[in-house]
Amino acid sequence: MKIVVCIKQVPDTTDVKINKETNTLIREGVKSIINPYDVYAIEEGLALKEIYGGSVTVISMGPPQVCEALKEAVSLGVDNVILISDRAFAGADSLATSYTLAKTIEKIGEVDLIITGKQAIDGDTAQVGPGIAEWLHIPHSTYIKAVEEITGEHIRVQRMIEGGYERIELDMPALITVVKEINEPRFPSIRGILRSREIEVPIWTANDLDVDETRIGLKGSPTQVVTIATPELGSKGEIFRGKAEEQVQKLFAALRERQIV
Amino acid sequence: MEYFFTEKQQIIRDLTRRIAEEKIAPVVKEFDETGAFPWEIVRTLAKSDLFRVFIPEDYDGLGGGVMEMAIVTEELSRICGGIALGYAATGLGSMPILLFGNEAQKKEYMTRVANGTVAAFALTEASAGSDASNMTTTATRDGDYYILNGVKQWITNGGEADIYTVIAMTDKKKGSRGATAFIVEKGTPGFTFGKKEDKMGIRASTTRELIFDNCRVHKDQILARPGMGYIVALRTLDRTRPGVGAQAVGIAQGALDACLKYTKEREQFGQPIANFQVIQHMLADMATQIEAARALVYATARMIDSGAEDISKESAMCKYFAGDVCMKVTTDAVQIFGGYGYMKEYPVEKMMRDAKITQIYEGTNQIQRNVVAQNLWKKNK
Ligand SMILES: Cc1cc2nc3c(=O)[nH]c(=O)nc-3n(C[C@H](O)[C@H](O)[C@@H](O)COP(=O)(O)OP(=O)(O)OC[C@H]3O[C@@H](n4cnc5c(N)ncnc54)[C@H](O)[C@@H]3O)c2cc1C
Ligand SMILES: Cc1cc2nc3c(=O)[nH]c(=O)nc-3n(C[C@H](O)[C@H](O)[C@H](O)COP(=O)(O)OP(=O)(O)OC[C@H]3O[C@@H](n4cnc5c(N)ncnc54)[C@H](O)[C@@H]3O)c2cc1C
Repeated sequence: MKIVVCIKQVPDTTDVKINKETNTLIREGVKSIINPYDVYAIEEGLALKEIYGGSVTVISMGPPQVCEALKEAVSLGVDNVILISDRAFAGADSLATSYTLAKTIEKIGEVDLIITGKQAIDGDTAQVGPGIAEWLHIPHSTYIKAVEEITGEHIRVQRMIEGGYERIELDMPALITVVKEINEPRFPSIRGILRSREIEVPIWTANDLDVDETRIGLKGSPTQVVTIATPELGSKGEIFRGKAEEQVQKLFAALRERQIV
Repeated sequence: MEYFFTEKQQIIRDLTRRIAEEKIAPVVKEFDETGAFPWEIVRTLAKSDLFRVFIPEDYDGLGGGVMEMAIVTEELSRICGGIALGYAATGLGSMPILLFGNEAQKKEYMTRVANGTVAAFALTEASAGSDASNMTTTATRDGDYYILNGVKQWITNGGEADIYTVIAMTDKKKGSRGATAFIVEKGTPGFTFGKKEDKMGIRASTTRELIFDNCRVHKDQILARPGMGYIVALRTLDRTRPGVGAQAVGIAQGALDACLKYTKEREQFGQPIANFQVIQHMLADMATQIEAARALVYATARMIDSGAEDISKESAMCKYFAGDVCMKVTTDAVQIFGGYGYMKEYPVEKMMRDAKITQIYEGTNQIQRNVVAQNLWKKNK
């Protein structure tokens, strides 16, 4: 089985600070990580390979520094990695991104299963996975929390919904987007780390792909992010002082006043 | 201190540290309480190639030696000396095969260890501790087989391991030249497990009796030759004592780390206790002793890996020095924590319990001093 996992490099949000004046993310000096959900996607690819055999290829579109994220994937034991990088891809929205990734997967060829994270923790749209499936005209299912079985023709999965899950069967080839409940990601291995230090990450540019130039990068992106802002904190806190009993009394009074109790 | 690790050794250390902190730290207390064997953690270590580090490349290993084994053991012990032992004792169980196994034995058994099979080493018996020559387990020849009878006591990884190196008497008359080392696999008819010990410390490691009742073992399972059993055992222990030293250094480092944090947080007389010079001096002594022990352990491990033959003295030195440092440092750590240090809720209580074993097994620290003293009078030492 040939599996492709898509990963995005994102800023470590536990590390992100907002520039109070411009209301934009301060990216300088912020550590980049593999989008957390994509780590589960990689693990699922590796786990399925352990059961069904085949190979796992991890792809990512982004600037050259994304090599680091792909090397991390190598340290976890994936077979191949490809960086999709070109100035022409810059400014891509979720439409252009999914198009470019779909074209990459087409070029890889004969892929049976594509796995993405449920969403990226920065862009957050959750559109790229389904987008890729649409461009490739293959079925997809989102928020997958378990892969039950794969036969030659079908994949049966559990899809998270509120209060439970749906059991869905898709024709192969298919695309799934995964949630954290699906597995426990492994640690790297020594052999994997050694290989990741030696590997030369292959880079595919626009020229390497059979792409329509009006569909990639800024040109192919109907959506543009103009500013990123943090909402003003609307509610004010109230601190009750005094002895413990007094504080409790005041708290109850306040809750009653708001008709909460 | 800068020990100039190779790139591979740095990778081994960093990865082990990460696994210990992320995977082991959250469950240390649970395993200390239940005494269960940490199979899931062993599998994680294996999947990350940590069982490969001391196995030659020919047998699916990464080609390291005693130093690599020590690095992993130290890092695991910093978080849990008990969980570390399941790993370190697999090293102990592998060493006789690495040293004395023929090609077929190494290919079969070392390849399995490289891929995460747990091993054990069985010398001690109820009346044969420091005086191993007093053993009563026998192996009697019967055609192509030997029939093992007897009970081995306090065997680390007993019942959990698949591969055992067992020392038994094949010729009582010959005394110490009458012992033979056998590789015995779990599941061999006549080989069962007895009492599992309830221990003071290193409780996440299993210590158990091995019972041999007319257990038939093929002669191809003999390591080296019949009569070489004690030599196999002594050479093995010479090469694994740095592992005990590394365990001791790791436990002590864990205790120091806990103290560095605690002394900044705990306030008495209106200030953190870290402000008191007495405390600072205790911490300085702990750090200095640990570094001295580590330096001796690493130097010995590197000496062994570089091919030195005459290593008994240094191996004994690093084991007992590190073990004594570990006991002192963890005892002082409890003192620094005060009453809280005596409580199971805080980490140093367990560390002090775990520390004690490093002065006892693989030859007590008294026996190690005997070894060092005997070597001092040897020529050209
Ligand atoms: C704060 C912010 C807000 C944004 N808002 C929008 C918006 O509203 N509309 C819009 O179109 N764009 C938006 N973008 C741009 C968007 O991040 C990227 O254009 C798009 O490439 C990825 O979309 P996403 O981050 O929402 O990913 P999602 O669709 O949330 O990601 C889902 C999964 O797709 C895969 N994936 C995503 N990106 C890549 C990649 N580059 N390479 C490989 N796999 C990938 C991963 O597996 C990921 O887990 C925004 C970006 C930022 C930083
Ligand atoms: C938790 C645990 C795990 C173990 N794991 C293993 C294992 O995996 N495999 C294995 O084979 N064994 C194992 N052992 C056994 C261990 O190696 C022995 O306990 C150790 O060698 C000491 O033997 P003993 O306990 O019989 O003490 P004894 O030999 O009875 O010693 C008692 C005391 O007398 C002192 N003493 C004895 N002889 C002398 C002397 N000549 N000079 C000065 N002092 C002396 C000792 O230092 C000690 O203080 C384990 C033991 C424990 C507790």
